[in-house]
Amino acid sequence: MADRLTLLWLQSGGCGGCSMSLLNAEGPDIYATLDVAGIELLWHPSLSEPSADEFVALLQSIVDGRQRLDILCLEGAVMHGPGGSGRFHMLAGTGRPLRDWLADLSTRARYTVAIGSCAAFGGITAAGGNAVEASGLQYNGTRGGALLPAQWTSPGGLPVVNVAGCPVHPGWVTDTLAQLAQGELGPTELDELARPRSYTDHLVHHGCPRNEFYEFKASAEKPSDQGCMMEHLGCLGTQARADCNIRPWNGGGSCLKGGYACINCTAPGFEEPGRVFTETRKIGGIPAGLPSDMPKAWFVALASLAKAATPERLRRNAVVDHIVVRPSVRRSK
Amino acid sequence: MSRRIFGPFNRVEGDLEVQVEIADGRVAAAWVNSPLYRGFEQILLGKDPRDALVYTPRICGICSVSQSMAAAAALRSAAGATEADNGALAANLVLACENLTDHLTHFYLFFMPDFARADYAARPGFDVVAARFKAQTGSAARDMLPARAAFLHLTGILAGKWPHSLALQPGGTTRAIEPQEKAQLRGIVAMFRRFLESTLFDDRLEQVAALDSAAALQRWAASHPRGDFGSFLRIASELQLDALGRGGGRFLSYGAYTLHGVPLFASGIWDGGLSRFDAAAITEDISYAWLQGQPGAMHPLHGCTFPAIDKPGGYTWCKAPRLDGKVMETGALARQVVDGHPLARDLAANGGSVLARVVARLLELARVVPVMERWIAELQPGAPFCHQTEMPDDADGIGLVEAARGSLGHWLRIRKGRILNYQIIAPTTWNFSPRDAAGTPGALEAALVDTPVGADGTAGAAVQHVVRSFDPCMVCTVH
Repeated sequence: MADRLTLLWLQSGGCGGCSMSLLNAEGPDIYATLDVAGIELLWHPSLSEPSADEFVALLQSIVDGRQRLDILCLEGAVMHGPGGSGRFHMLAGTGRPLRDWLADLSTRARYTVAIGSCAAFGGITAAGGNAVEASGLQYNGTRGGALLPAQWTSPGGLPVVNVAGCPVHPGWVTDTLAQLAQGELGPTELDELARPRSYTDHLVHHGCPRNEFYEFKASAEKPSDQGCMMEHLGCLGTQARADCNIRPWNGGGSCLKGGYACINCTAPGFEEPGRVFTETRKIGGIPAGLPSDMPKAWFVALASLAKAATPERLRRNAVVDHIVVRPSVRRSK
Repeated sequence: MSRRIFGPFNRVEGDLEVQVEIADGRVAAAWVNSPLYRGFEQILLGKDPRDALVYTPRICGICSVSQSMAAAAALRSAAGATEADNGALAANLVLACENLTDHLTHFYLFFMPDFARADYAARPGFDVVAARFKAQTGSAARDMLPARAAFLHLTGILAGKWPHSLALQPGGTTRAIEPQEKAQLRGIVAMFRRFLESTLFDDRLEQVAALDSAAALQRWAASHPRGDFGSFLRIASELQLDALGRGGGRFLSYGAYTLHGVPLFASGIWDGGLSRFDAAAITEDISYAWLQGQPGAMHPLHGCTFPAIDKPGGYTWCKAPRLDGKVMETGALARQVVDGHPLARDLAANGGSVLARVVARLLELARVVPVMERWIAELQPGAPFCHQTEMPDDADGIGLVEAARGSLGHWLRIRKGRILNYQIIAPTTWNFSPRDAAGTPGALEAALVDTPVGADGTAGAAVQHVVRSFDPCMVCTVH
């Protein structure tokens, strides 16, 4: 049997939610996924036994080149503050900023993977004025170049693979790891922000259960309404790059199915929308953010036409929390 | 006398460092350091209050719903609003799902693997324990993970996803369910009950919940050896975990799973006797935190969070919360002791221990699942799940909930429609608090004293057991 690929998973300026989400992986679960992909987990903060000195010794052996590292995963943002010192996250037991450990480890790892939007772009940790000086591994928001330079590639020839999301869907991580292990994740499998195209070639809009409301511009007005949330409630599903409504969350869920707006959490800068998250910004009564790739004039024309044609069923069902008008049955004559 | 640093601790949520002073092979004093600062209380300043529902769940990936619930409660209190009955039931179901998931994750992934460490290789029965509980390779986690994932389908239905949902709102929840979905929810909980009864307890939940003393627990363990709880109790008895990690015996619970103003588990304080909890008596002290800007200990409504990394004497990012100036322990044990469960009261009679904390979590699994079955039956499809809530321009709000790890509070001040101040005290802020101005150590710092560690601090896994018995969540602690 060929050597198994080794994987090290570290956490920094984040909430640990991507790891918790990863544990939700089903059919196969995370252990089966790693087994099948031929990946040996050197260490993961929630899953592994070694603690304290044993763990620090492992890190040192990787940095010294005594332990091979194939895949380095970081969850959470890189913490540069205060004043560029990195001291907002000193790796416990080492007296050294985690940022500096990451810089060393990334030169050794064949591939470096950012797990979640914090590790990819800075994410929620970089919100507000970003007083903590958080960044992603290779991106600072939309700008390339952070801990690692914009043109950097790992010894395996890839930029940091940005599995963005807040949190990530477990399938985005397991698919990416499996593709890496198979040697099937080349530069062409990554999008313009180095996110795996396996899920970012889709829009959250695809498979949205509210599509019929969208088509006829029958809009939700308040939380728990069934209508489309683009016009009033801030939903960015028509622009957000992810397959959330094709690939179910926790059995059958998604943000849209849960009754709340998509906040475009796979995108850099999603943490500061410049408005209330759950309210749509409008210019002249028209939502400022239009669906991807749609010319504004056409959107306005189609929207007004659709509004004029909205069936009574959708008009009424859109503003209540359960179906009050059923689809009619067409009887043959 | 020698000093030693333990860290990083894994199988806790987030990063943790513990420094101990050792005398005669035992911990003489301990200092707990939360080494990561992210500044959520700063991020929230100047935002629209509704945005707290997006930011605060992302404080923590393992207590995300608890943070949502506390934020929604703080907004609700500021608005003087009410939640729809269905929404209150749904929110409690989602919170219970998270809390019980966390208890299960703690037991199987975080706590039990330490008994499979090489330190115990010479103990009788080690091979069986290692085969079942060893990190990454043991069979128990492989049995538990699918049950955990399937249980979280409940949150998938009622709140879209876990973690980080926006379904919990001041007026209720955003996802109304249809009649057939009640049956689906019942099925999910039934599957979870089956896992608990067959794999964890080897007994009916109701039998476990009815255990009423340490002696009864011991008798029960002898007759239920096949479950993982039985395995733990056997190990606990051999290693005398009832004497390890002794707590200070002062327990705090805000009251859990409130419906119509009445909590399922009572609110209060226990220090050998029961007294009323008064939120006005809470203060936070920053004497030993790398923080500045407060003249002394302050109530969280008026507290602030400004980092000062070179502050002399500072050793952590964590503040020191106190109730009436006193250190409190919070968590499942505190909740069950305050609620008056006889087994919890008996186990906590010596101040609390590693055994008591672990048993209380599993006791909650046995007590809460039957209540979830009742809540599902009470959902009324067709009736509202969410009331519309208008946020006021000027108001103060407070949101108190019980997360898996204990008492979680959000304090919010709104001025001119924007957040003027937002302060959070998480359960592990209480438990892993540093010393206060008087030099009084926090709950874990005190519980570690006397823990055997060997002359140079390398012997045995006892420190690991004590720290993890609190199920710390470090990302919540400092936020």
